[in-house]
Amino acid sequence: MSPVRIKDNWREQRIFVRRVWFVTALMVIAAIAVFARLYYLQVLRRHYYEDLSVANGVRTVPIPAARGLIVDRDGQIMASNRPTFELQLTPDEVPDLRGSLQRLAKLALVRESDIPELIRAIKSQLSFDPVPIRVQLSESQVARFAVRRFEFPGINISPQQSRWYPLKNLGVFAIGYVGPISASELAHINQAAYAGTALIGKSGIEAQYEHVLHGTNGYRQVLVNALGREVRRPGVLARQLHEKPPVPGDDVIVSLDLKIQRLAEKLLKGQDGAVVALNPWNGNVIALASSPTFNPNLFARGISEKQYLALVNNPDNPLFDRALRSQLPIGSTIKPAIALGALTEGVLNPTKRIYAGSDWHLPGSDHMFHNYKHEVCGRIGLNMAIIMSCDVYFYQVAYKMGIERLGAWLPNFGFGKPTGIDVPGEQSGLVPTPAWMAKHYPHGYGWYPGDTVILGIGQGTFLATPLQLAHYAGILATRGLSFRPRLATGLRNPLTHKIHWKRPVLDGNLTMISRSSWQVVIKAMHGVTTNPRGTAYWDMINATYPIAAKTGTAQLTREEANGDYNLKATPKKLRDDSWFITFAPLYKPRIAIAVLVEHAGAGARAAGPIAMKILNAYLLGPNGKLLPATPRARYSMPRDIAPRVAAGVDPTLTATERAAQP
Amino acid sequence: MMRQAIATGSSARRTLSGAARVLLALKLDGPLTFGLGLTAGYGLLVLFSASGGNLRMLIGTVLRLALGIAVMLALARLSPNLLRRASPWLYGLGILLLLAVAAVGHVHLGAKRWLELGPVQFQPSELLKIAVPMMCAWYLHERALPPRWRDLAVLGVIILVPVALVAKEPDLGTAALIAAAGAVVIFLSGLRARVVIALLLLAVVAFGLGLRFMHGYQRARLLTFLDPQAHPLSSGYHIIQSQIAVGSGGMFGKGWMAGSQARLDFLPERTTDFIFAVVGEEFGLLGLAVLLLLYTFVIGRSLYLAMQCPDTFSRLLGGAIAVTFFIYVFINAGMVTGLVPVVGVPLPLVSYGGSSIVTELSGFGILMSLFSHRKLMG
Repeated sequence: MSPVRIKDNWREQRIFVRRVWFVTALMVIAAIAVFARLYYLQVLRRHYYEDLSVANGVRTVPIPAARGLIVDRDGQIMASNRPTFELQLTPDEVPDLRGSLQRLAKLALVRESDIPELIRAIKSQLSFDPVPIRVQLSESQVARFAVRRFEFPGINISPQQSRWYPLKNLGVFAIGYVGPISASELAHINQAAYAGTALIGKSGIEAQYEHVLHGTNGYRQVLVNALGREVRRPGVLARQLHEKPPVPGDDVIVSLDLKIQRLAEKLLKGQDGAVVALNPWNGNVIALASSPTFNPNLFARGISEKQYLALVNNPDNPLFDRALRSQLPIGSTIKPAIALGALTEGVLNPTKRIYAGSDWHLPGSDHMFHNYKHEVCGRIGLNMAIIMSCDVYFYQVAYKMGIERLGAWLPNFGFGKPTGIDVPGEQSGLVPTPAWMAKHYPHGYGWYPGDTVILGIGQGTFLATPLQLAHYAGILATRGLSFRPRLATGLRNPLTHKIHWKRPVLDGNLTMISRSSWQVVIKAMHGVTTNPRGTAYWDMINATYPIAAKTGTAQLTREEANGDYNLKATPKKLRDDSWFITFAPLYKPRIAIAVLVEHAGAGARAAGPIAMKILNAYLLGPNGKLLPATPRARYSMPRDIAPRVAAGVDPTLTATERAAQP
Repeated sequence: MMRQAIATGSSARRTLSGAARVLLALKLDGPLTFGLGLTAGYGLLVLFSASGGNLRMLIGTVLRLALGIAVMLALARLSPNLLRRASPWLYGLGILLLLAVAAVGHVHLGAKRWLELGPVQFQPSELLKIAVPMMCAWYLHERALPPRWRDLAVLGVIILVPVALVAKEPDLGTAALIAAAGAVVIFLSGLRARVVIALLLLAVVAFGLGLRFMHGYQRARLLTFLDPQAHPLSSGYHIIQSQIAVGSGGMFGKGWMAGSQARLDFLPERTTDFIFAVVGEEFGLLGLAVLLLLYTFVIGRSLYLAMQCPDTFSRLLGGAIAVTFFIYVFINAGMVTGLVPVVGVPLPLVSYGGSSIVTELSGFGILMSLFSHRKLMG
């Protein structure tokens, strides 16, 4: 039993005061903890929490930059921007979603069958953000909606920037087109830079110069509350907001001459084929046409499945760029290259005449190689062999060259490799060699001498594109200068209109070919158009200026090789491809052209007249006289060729050649 | 000149002493009243911004303050003897009201905490925040101190009955605060240190066991406190957003009415439990330091007053009122800054709503009564 305790007020007060001091000590410790915590949050980690606070309440709304224009050499607009209208629905403000959509379907503004999918998409969005439910409204659709707008609360028409190609199909394979950004493209682009951008270049200049045309998107910051809704009157909070205006993309100036481009497309109309015309002195593409074509506006607009299938299933394949992608045997247009190679290698004496009959067989073999239509060339030298396009003569040249030397020479003229044009998707063609044959047909019969023989007339496994052929014509025109073909010649700042001109790129110079060799071959190509036995004589008979040309008839079937061939009786798919290369004026060329018309028979027959009309359109003024040569911009060039490029002529011309100049 | 200066000086002194006489007549303590007034005024300034300039909220708070002041004035006039004698009755009334809540209480947000008295909603648990320390002090008043084991057992029952009832509502935060108020009385009465340590250990064990019987959301709150980033959009959201608000305020704050966290609704409960974060965001560390200094002054003055009291009841109750006030401030500040788990404890005198302002001012009214009538006590 503990003793009875007496209440001692003084002792209790002392205890109390001690306890209070103890509690005070605890409170001081707690206060220090709170202050330490506040110091940590508000001083040490201030910037971290400031960033988080900004990220919380500030939403960055991208402002897309205006896409650069694409204009031709004269400044005519080929690709521009224009506002289009889309139907937007703000879920918050629509009282009856399904009913509204059904009424829109009655106006044919949405498809009845799309409604469940649309509702699902709308429900997945923030309820106060507008959702596009129909893009690219036509004017009549806008009008149809506008008169009944009062029936559709929460549904509005909103203007958007879209791409517009005012010339429609014209030059579509050069200009290309834009379309909505696909999932695979999304993986390759800088997504931050493309925030707010709806369309991206899919082909042509639009794709190649995407980085130039796109510009730099700007942004505008808005305040949003915790629900993500924009705060319309931010008051003092507005001082935390920033804005950066977009920088529009540069305009791309292309070298196309729309007059020539339009003519080329008109001449190809109704046929499958391609025309490539370029300035041999800088590689500028004057015309790049492929037929049939398509309207690029379809893609910028969001092409419908039906329209797309119609394009894809068209047997003539209008989406296919024949100029850059069609790899075909080029027939006799190869002969000047073979001749120049053989002359330089010393296996061909240009003046020696040999007898060329209707056919020829390899030594020690009885397999016959026929002339075209079993013609007999007679006793001819190189000049006549090119003029008449004598296959039997060139069988022998090719045989003497041998495949190794042919395989080494043809790439000098740009064959077997991409030309490097500034349009994506170019094919490289094929220069076959025994090594290639062994690699790709390991179980085949190897390289036969016969393969070499038919390579001499551009047949067999040799393939080239129309662009490569135009490039090759340009090398012939400049006597060895290989300028990289190009469409974009300059970039123009849309605000200052300052133009940055791009320099032409010289990829090669065939200095090993002697002057006399060039003279022989180019004189013969002139003869093709002037000699009555020339294959292009009748095409060019009315020419008022000297022209160099070479025809090609690429045979696609075996019967043709045997010469038993009737154009009309052969199914279209198996008929000869008609090729033509030309440059003019002969000694001061301004344009080099390659023409392909598929399944149209002999080169002189379908492709030749097209080439002639293009030459005349480009070179002749309204009075039918040759236009004066336009002064050429001077670019920095290797010193040995600068005067030639500046003059547009070979300074080593003979007196007679000079006299022959216009 | 000289005479004039002396005259003005003496007239100023006369005014001051006049105010002192009024306070004396009202049985109020001058410094404490001054501190409470400044804190409440600061609170109104912050509340106006936190509510987005909502005048109705401001007026509501002013009315609550007026009610609290009236109760404080009334309590200050009462004699401590009367208060002491009323303690068991008040306690009993509180228990009855808690039982009534359990029977017919108004359910709001899943918890049964309110009694509807006509147009007024009333939380009986608020009453217990005062009644329990009063009851404990009353019990110890007549006993020789420090308390013995038997006293401790009786006090345990006195404390745990209302705590259990409030915890059942469920309102764990208030239950813990009521328990703390009782515990403070026992501690101040001079309970031996080794018993205190033993009881603390017991509390830890009880907490561990309690964790197993908690509601899912209660346990989640605690676990969220330990790792807020694990549930950034659900239970961790409060803590993360309040820390962003405080941290982004920096040293000097974003300015009055310019706290984006609060104005753009990112900060939840910004006018009530998390108003401390609004102070931190808009007035920075400096503004919080001013607020905390005001609180320090109020608490310090309260403890001083309690120490001046001559009798056990007054000392213990006064000390408990001061220390529980500190506990509210500390838990609220700690919760907002992520030092302690999120429990629904308002910031005294600043947070909007509820009956807490009235309870707090009542406590100070009692404290002032205890002090100003000290000469009459024996």
